[in-house]
Amino acid sequence: MTEPLLKIHDLNKHFGGIVATDHVNLEVEKGLIHAIIGPNGAGKTTLIAQLSGQIKPDSGDIEFGGHSITGYSVAHRARAGLARSFQITSVVMPMTLLQNVMLAVQGGSGHSFHFWTPVSEDAEMQAAAMASLAEVGLEDRAERIAANVSHGEQRQLEVAMALAMKPRMLLLDEPMAGMGKEEGAMMVEILNRLRGDMTILLVEHDMDAVFSLADKLSVLVNGHIIATDTVENIRSNHEVQKAYLGDGHA
Amino acid sequence: MIGFPQSISGRVYAAILLILAPAPFIFEWINQPFYLDLLSRALILAIAVISLNLILGFGGMISLGHAAYIGIGAYSVGIPAYYDYYNGWLHLALALAVSASFALITGAISLRTKGVYFIMITMAFSQMVYFTFLSLEEYGADDGLVIYSRSEFPQWMTMDGGTSLYYWIFALLLLSLFFTYRLVYSRFGRVIVGAKFNEQRMQALGFNTYRYRLVCYVISAMICSLAGVLLGNFTGFISPDMIGWARSGELIFMVIIGGAGTFFGPLVGTIAFVLLEEFLSLITVYWHLIFGLMLVALVLYGKGGIHGWLSRLDRN
Repeated sequence: MTEPLLKIHDLNKHFGGIVATDHVNLEVEKGLIHAIIGPNGAGKTTLIAQLSGQIKPDSGDIEFGGHSITGYSVAHRARAGLARSFQITSVVMPMTLLQNVMLAVQGGSGHSFHFWTPVSEDAEMQAAAMASLAEVGLEDRAERIAANVSHGEQRQLEVAMALAMKPRMLLLDEPMAGMGKEEGAMMVEILNRLRGDMTILLVEHDMDAVFSLADKLSVLVNGHIIATDTVENIRSNHEVQKAYLGDGHA
Repeated sequence: MIGFPQSISGRVYAAILLILAPAPFIFEWINQPFYLDLLSRALILAIAVISLNLILGFGGMISLGHAAYIGIGAYSVGIPAYYDYYNGWLHLALALAVSASFALITGAISLRTKGVYFIMITMAFSQMVYFTFLSLEEYGADDGLVIYSRSEFPQWMTMDGGTSLYYWIFALLLLSLFFTYRLVYSRFGRVIVGAKFNEQRMQALGFNTYRYRLVCYVISAMICSLAGVLLGNFTGFISPDMIGWARSGELIFMVIIGGAGTFFGPLVGTIAFVLLEEFLSLITVYWHLIFGLMLVALVLYGKGGIHGWLSRLDRN
């Protein structure tokens, strides 16, 4: 077993009387695709928000690459190499796909207090952005405005932007949300190609996608992780079936 | 960038610049020196409006306190002049340093807020400047301060005389246009524009949007203070009246009329505003009413301002 890239120690978060995150412990190993599943309201979104820094936990610690990042801001975590995609598409809509990805390249390559040289003349940055677009199969859409491409393509753009930052780990929040069958299959293919090169923490609703992608699965129920194991073991885990998959599922 | 502009808007802007360049000689030729005054005032304001557009149009930061920086620039000429210091470089350096410092401090506080709170807090800070100058008896308080002589520069770049001052204004106008253009397309500008549309995403990409906005705010304030230096020299009389929040409101209108977030919008918006104000007031004493109604109509129906209108002509 390799040293885990991300370690979550006893994370807790309450909203008033509601326990959203309940003593969560989790380790994500380098190079694996680790999925988190759980029924609606299990606290998946709250957990992701704490990992990306939008919400501060009440207690507990998040360690990334050997450093505690619990006190880091959203931007600081991103610069530390933890890139994320959003459940609800969040890109710069009036810009082209290429401009969006170039922003991500910029974000992953030092500060942007450069006031004089036009970005459009930066061939190196443009090439890096095109490479990321190609990774998700959007290279022929580069000059389209983000608002004008299909929902599925916007989801792919989300992933391209996360990749363009050259992160050490991807945090993907329901990348297949709202996608049709074909688009979903395409996304599975894209993520499959990243296997081994990239560490991915995946929160996803689509069970078929999760079962075909994940190296490891954690099941979140009522803010608590009730099991972390391989896909096969989770599938046959009786407790998980009862809590999540329903009795008829096997 | 260089070459004959193909679009209608591009041609209109090129034509405006080509008319502005020899304007003093045209007015002399048709014997209408008053128009040179009017145009000089319009172009000074245009520099302030260009600076406001940088944060408002490109950055989405709606400041209702930008006139404060015109005031800081003007008093940077007026107060040294009161003590007989007429060195122009001193005036410029003072304006840039004071406006940058004031913008850094007030921006650091204001930019922690968003939307309507940002509008209110920038207005509050500018009113602070207004009341400060209003209470300074030594410098004329609400009676204002007369500047007896213009900022002194080497002979070849003197401000003395209407034509010389006009070319100072025109040069600084071109510089601020060019500077804005470079800035917006640079890495820095991309971050500013991106944060206007989707701040959450920009932070997730690793950008500390607060810091970038603060730097942008300071740059904008410094450009605006240059307009103040020119205005102080142009009018030869400065008073707290040029700082009040209504002045800042006018600057916002000029941005909107021309087209926020465009390069030439602020220039045409300001010229249109100043000319309308001037000619309506010649026609009737009730011109404020007509002017107000025109502004309402423009905001309601003139999406994208003059620039938006010109680029719609392009598409048809």
